[in-house]
Amino acid sequence: MLDLNKYTCLGAVLRDALDRYSSEVCLIEAERDREKLRLTYSDFKEIALPLARALEDADFDANDRAAIIMTNQSKWLISAYAIFYCGGVLVPLDYKLSAAEHLQLLAHSKAKVLVVEYHLWRAIMQSPQFHTIATKIVLVTEAPLGAELAGAFRWEDFKRKGSPDFVMRQKDDVACIVYSSGTGGRPKGCVLTHENYLEQCRSLTAWYPFWPGVRYLSILPTNHAIDFMVGFIGPFVCGACVVHLRTLRPEFVRDAFVRYRITYVALVPMILKNLEKGLRAKFDELPNWKRALLDTMIATNRLLTRRRPNVRLSRMLLRNVHRGFGGELLALITGGAFIEPSTTQFFYDLGLPVVNGYGLTEAGTALTLNDLKPFRADTVGKPLPGVELRILNPDAEGIGEVAARSKTVMSHYLDDPELTLETIVEGWLLTGDLGRFERHGHLQLFGRKKNMIVTEGGKNIYPEDIETVFDGLPVKEYAIYAANYIWPAKELGSREALVLILRLEQNQKVDSALLEDISTRNRHLPDFKRVSGYLVWDRDFPRTASMKIKRQLLAEEIGKFFERAAIVNL
Amino acid sequence: MPTTEKTLDEILTLAAIHFKVPREKLSPDDDFFKALGIDSLQTLDLLTKLENHFHVELPDYELQGVSDFRTLADKIQARL
Repeated sequence: MLDLNKYTCLGAVLRDALDRYSSEVCLIEAERDREKLRLTYSDFKEIALPLARALEDADFDANDRAAIIMTNQSKWLISAYAIFYCGGVLVPLDYKLSAAEHLQLLAHSKAKVLVVEYHLWRAIMQSPQFHTIATKIVLVTEAPLGAELAGAFRWEDFKRKGSPDFVMRQKDDVACIVYSSGTGGRPKGCVLTHENYLEQCRSLTAWYPFWPGVRYLSILPTNHAIDFMVGFIGPFVCGACVVHLRTLRPEFVRDAFVRYRITYVALVPMILKNLEKGLRAKFDELPNWKRALLDTMIATNRLLTRRRPNVRLSRMLLRNVHRGFGGELLALITGGAFIEPSTTQFFYDLGLPVVNGYGLTEAGTALTLNDLKPFRADTVGKPLPGVELRILNPDAEGIGEVAARSKTVMSHYLDDPELTLETIVEGWLLTGDLGRFERHGHLQLFGRKKNMIVTEGGKNIYPEDIETVFDGLPVKEYAIYAANYIWPAKELGSREALVLILRLEQNQKVDSALLEDISTRNRHLPDFKRVSGYLVWDRDFPRTASMKIKRQLLAEEIGKFFERAAIVNL
Repeated sequence: MPTTEKTLDEILTLAAIHFKVPREKLSPDDDFFKALGIDSLQTLDLLTKLENHFHVELPDYELQGVSDFRTLADKIQARL
């Protein structure tokens, strides 16, 4: 791989990678079982540079911001490279957000350029807030000929001849602005520098290297920190190949493992559990003698790989299972949400190690990762090289808030100095997660101290963002909390729940009409954002001079007065 | 070619059967995530069922942002 110490920015390292690995395949794009595109590093460069030149001609300058709203595909990475080539700042937005949310984040980030897929652009154009868009240049991919684009350009036509000027950036210049939360209340734009990414790439590839010939299946959204690093920057600086499958249908995902002989894949726990379910069902269908043989092989593999993985041995013992995954899979990478140890153990016993880690957008990609020496299903691994972690105010069991210091920690939150000061204290990022180090130096997570829940799909849900749905609820005041914020649970996972705190009017009681009102509003939320219970609080909420609820104080008061069991289920 | 209304009706019936929800509880403008109580993976399952029924291909990326039965019916109708 390229020596990252020599570089000050992502644009420069990617530029050299395109030359160094020019004849290697860097991208494969498939529509279900049909391969649509295969690019070498040289082909990639040939497509990206005319785009960079056109951006340059359109006065897209150093430090200008460009947003991308796209599903995983080749044009995502090509556009990102062109943006970095011009010295721009990339704003990767979550394509799963609504059009209104996209418009809000485009405004918040002050993006000058937007690269967007046609179907997503059409939704944005139809939004009642469309007139508020201030983005000057919009490039729409895959628009049908003659489609109405409201002044946007077709991405495929937006190119100019001639060499663009490469714009060098320094390590502390901004590379990306990544939004770590929903948009209801306060967009959290994490400002990440080129150094943040170069350091993250260096530490991750030190433990999990890529090389020419490695094929990474890109399934997690590329706007997500994990896929951006292990599905773009990491493979590219090592000359590896990224496979984009333009569907997440399980039958085609399974087929892609075999067709492209995938080496690594990153998955959210929900998909991993789904894979586990499918495999267990297949195992259950086996005739008794075959099942007994399989169980023996699994037990043998577990015994022989208890100290470290042994890929060759596992592939020999469990040939058919490995063939089902293409035969070359080295690891399944996961993180971002709680995963049951039984699931990671299940795959490890099959000789398919699940590399579980822990990270947050504010800290680049990952702070800890399992190094598989040996595999541990019950931890999120050890701090990556260059990452310092400490446990603040540990209790008698050693559990306290995890704080991190590393060159991968973001510079600040965009336009939010107050939140930045609360989050990065004397150089330490306060993660809001409760953890403890066990005797081998592995981090174990126990719960969350902050007012947030994470779904199995890896989404961060902030209760404040959901409160607007309850606007006008006929009570004196109300607030929504993550139950773990009020009663820190020393356990991650299914106990994460949202609770509605009700302060009633004088002489008001919780009656069926109020409960029906709450339930109706609740139904307007996707299931993972629904409030699961309520509590009646009989004092006015403490508020700041500007009338904002003092959330932490209120949570402390509630936590002292009530047990978690007092929550009334809805 | 069936009318959009007929396509919509067939979608609602198929969804009701597949996810065991009373047909009369589903309306064209319902958000199917909420009305059926399904997550994104189950939605993909529904789409595969619909593709097999109508003999069309519905790319996932074209359905980003589509969450109500009526728009889904429009997308299918355009391919019939």
